[in-house]
Amino acid sequence: MEDLIYLDYAATTPVDPLVLKAMLPFFIYKYGNPSSIHAYGQSAENAIETAREEVAGVLNCQPKEVIFTSCGSESDNLALRGAGLALREKKSADQILSSLAEHHAVSHTLQSMEKYMGFQVGWMPVDENGKVLPETVSQLIGPKTALVSVMLANNEIGTINPLAEIARECHARSVLVHTDAVQAGAWLPLDVQKLNVDMMSLGAHKFYGPKGVGALYVREGTPIVPAQTGGGQEQGLRAGTQNVPYIVGFAEALKLAEKEKENRIALVKPMRDRIINRVLESIPNVQLTGHPVDRLPNHCSFAFKDLDGNLLLNLLDQAGFACSSGSACKTGSPEPSEVMGLLGLPREWGLGSLRVTLGVLTTMDQVEKFLACLPELVEKARQLS
Amino acid sequence: MTRVVVAMSGGVDSSVAAALLKQQGHEVIGVMLRLWSEPGKEGSNRCCTPDAMAIARRVAAQLEIPFYAIDARQVFYDEVVSYFLTGYSQGITPNPCLACNRFIRWEFLMEHARALGAEYLATGHYARLVPEPDSRKVQLLRAVDRSKDQSYVLHVLNQEQLVHTLLPVGGIKKEHVRTLASQFGLPSASRPDSQDLCFLAGEDYREFIQRHAPQSLQPGPIVDTTGRPLGTHIGLAAYTIGQRKGLGLSSAEPLYVLDKQVALNTLVVGPQDLLGSRGLLAGQVKWISGSSPADQFRAEVKIRYTASEAPASVTVLGDEKIRIVFDQPQRIITPGQAAVLYQENLVLGGGSIECAL
Repeated sequence: MEDLIYLDYAATTPVDPLVLKAMLPFFIYKYGNPSSIHAYGQSAENAIETAREEVAGVLNCQPKEVIFTSCGSESDNLALRGAGLALREKKSADQILSSLAEHHAVSHTLQSMEKYMGFQVGWMPVDENGKVLPETVSQLIGPKTALVSVMLANNEIGTINPLAEIARECHARSVLVHTDAVQAGAWLPLDVQKLNVDMMSLGAHKFYGPKGVGALYVREGTPIVPAQTGGGQEQGLRAGTQNVPYIVGFAEALKLAEKEKENRIALVKPMRDRIINRVLESIPNVQLTGHPVDRLPNHCSFAFKDLDGNLLLNLLDQAGFACSSGSACKTGSPEPSEVMGLLGLPREWGLGSLRVTLGVLTTMDQVEKFLACLPELVEKARQLS
Repeated sequence: MTRVVVAMSGGVDSSVAAALLKQQGHEVIGVMLRLWSEPGKEGSNRCCTPDAMAIARRVAAQLEIPFYAIDARQVFYDEVVSYFLTGYSQGITPNPCLACNRFIRWEFLMEHARALGAEYLATGHYARLVPEPDSRKVQLLRAVDRSKDQSYVLHVLNQEQLVHTLLPVGGIKKEHVRTLASQFGLPSASRPDSQDLCFLAGEDYREFIQRHAPQSLQPGPIVDTTGRPLGTHIGLAAYTIGQRKGLGLSSAEPLYVLDKQVALNTLVVGPQDLLGSRGLLAGQVKWISGSSPADQFRAEVKIRYTASEAPASVTVLGDEKIRIVFDQPQRIITPGQAAVLYQENLVLGGGSIECAL
């Protein structure tokens, strides 16, 4: 693995050693249950409440508005199911608006709520860059709309949505807003007051924290019921003994991400631009997918004509580069991703997506090696496709 | 280190093949093909269910080799399923596994293996490859484990393919392969041995044809050898030479399918003693070494994957055709199946049966 070059930071990131160090005492020394009365419990409780304060500091919210969960997907589930049910009960509003380009954590949850819980889901179109336009939101909000859920940044194509403006349209009609900020967490400002959202999902492993821990911001006063019931942990919204070391890791990673954000962006953005420019000029029949400007600073995504993206990933892996594709499929049955279809790409472009995402360990040397190999591998994959 | 791509299936044979190659110091890459399945039946395709693929992936991970799934659905449909359907519509009994080996594994997959930088393609087939003395060619031999021998389905390969092929388990008995699998600690699919075609997903092939090529299943007359009508058949594709069951005829003596007259859509049946023939004509003949051993020679001939070899005299006719005359009449000479020629353990080559003589 040491010879491989990792260019898939949007999939996950390595745990920062500082984060790991902060977590370690909570496995074998400070192992108490935060709900216990005794000293062990108190020290564990202190750890998660400190973590909550730290997270609240980054999000610019109150600590009690931070709910720790097991991952970004769970946060999305809690927000959509929990607020959906509560709002339907309170306002008899049973419609949820979301975009066609959402992560499956949101879109599949909404489909399930539609099928098994009787909610109505309105799917909002996106523009040719995958962006949700505020005017689309205001047009589609109706009297039955309870909630709008729009991702802050798209995982596949890196496009950033104008969340503050979308939220303004929603709040003007008394509709609540949730955002899946999992992909944006490492890179964008997460001030919930400025974003003006009522709920926001995060997952630690996208910003050098451990896998298996996430958080949901829930603005005070938001009608919401638990998606997982049991004990009264996490303001009664997420039952189950808290995962103390991982919550500590989440907070540590988020603090570091906030502190280092500018440096990290300054590091990756020139490399991102180098990749985008070089790929577009050195390879025929390729286009950038997603917004050219309003995109995550570490995110490059392309569509290649007449190419099986899976095949290109295999060849890249064999050449020592770990990347991703929107149609990636571990069982060899690639289908064009929904997002590729939304961008209006014809079918012969639909399977040929490639996502290259950078992180704090990426170097310009790695980028140049990648750029030196890619044209030949694309050519090879095209011949085999 | 030589780079080798192993065609994995999740089964014990290809898993052990991969493990052996890794142990021998090769740089091994596991690859599994996603073949075509009928929409909705992906879970029961015998060759590549998601379960089998998950197991193959686990095996690769345990061996610490990379594993890639490659989409071969379209090429499999075009080369194998189409051939199967066309074959039945022409009145022959096709053997899609031969087409699969030739076009999918040793062309499509071989090309992918090359693109991955591999010098060899390895599979878990039971057959052996040995260098031909004083040449750069290789010979194809039967497996050491005769009961598992699969050389029949490999006779369609040419030298260019065979010199880049490795068959690591062909020299090992099946039971020892199982022992090796447990010694290597490999998980593997417990899949019943079956002759079923992967894309039929456990279904009767007639139902598949009914859905995909209903024109091949037009009812017509069943006649005896004198042309006397005995009944009605449901479509020639539903019958194979030598078949006795399922004719729906009542008769004093058991009747067997003797011939399928495609032009007349007529099924000819008769008593057992009329079944069988001393000879056959085969076309599209391929020789493993590149040429026939002589214009006329003796060989043992296998006329179906499951048939036993029968001694025969072979005459080379040119135009890739041969005539085979058996010492004893053979009952189930079936157009579309392959006649594969052996001398002892050596596979000489084979061709597609065109007609009985």
